[in-house]
Amino acid sequence: MRFLVYFCAGLAGGVLGGMGMGGGCVLIPILTVLCGVPQHMAQSVNLLTFLPMAAVSLRVHAKNGLLDTRGVLWTIVPATLLSVLGGLFVQGIPGGALRVGFGVFLCLLSLYQLASGVRQLRGGQQAGGQQSGRKQQNSEQ
Amino acid sequence: MKGVAQAAKMSAAGIFTGAVNGIFGGGGGMLVVPLLQANGRQPLAAHATAILIILPVCFASAVVYLCGGWFDAELFLAVGIGVLAGGAAGARLLGSITPASATLVFAAVMFAAGVRMIV
Repeated sequence: MRFLVYFCAGLAGGVLGGMGMGGGCVLIPILTVLCGVPQHMAQSVNLLTFLPMAAVSLRVHAKNGLLDTRGVLWTIVPATLLSVLGGLFVQGIPGGALRVGFGVFLCLLSLYQLASGVRQLRGGQQAGGQQSGRKQQNSEQ
Repeated sequence: MKGVAQAAKMSAAGIFTGAVNGIFGGGGGMLVVPLLQANGRQPLAAHATAILIILPVCFASAVVYLCGGWFDAELFLAVGIGVLAGGAAGARLLGSITPASATLVFAAVMFAAGVRMIV
């Protein structure tokens, strides 16, 4: 039963992650709030399980010609270094405090998402309806 | 000079993204997507390329968490299989959904989860 619950949590996070929408932002709260997994453990499982999922998604995206690698190393190298430092930093933080911090992070992120979603909707209307804009994008690929 | 400014901007974004990804064990991709779009990439290409950037970043922080002792075989296996199956489906769905509506639904779910974690 435990296995099935965790599997469903992974499925939900995976669908969003495969679309590049930060599946971890959904997976981590599902695991901590609904399944009672400790915050650090949920973050660890999110990082580790993202790896094979990302490899699979990347293959699909590469086949669809969606990868654009110009200058990405400028972001990858500093991000990798800081992610190690950030990971080391939270090893000493209590789970409860980390969970509250994560909640604040999620709220900020969702407000930003909301703003960009509304912007997209408005932009789509100006361009003569979103569906037509979408079709154009797809035919460009 | 434009190239240098661009590289500095992308590095600064990398520093921020990496720190967040290490501290919260995820979420870096959410920050990289708008950055790539600001640098002139199409939304779909930005989503795909974000995964390429976040892959080594997540690998590095995963090693740190595992070294910190955060591992549970049953949990990791169950979630891992679920994420893998869901990820393949999500990548195929990317070409067939309306981005704005997906973003709005996603924002609402995340906000609810965030509030639940604070209180």
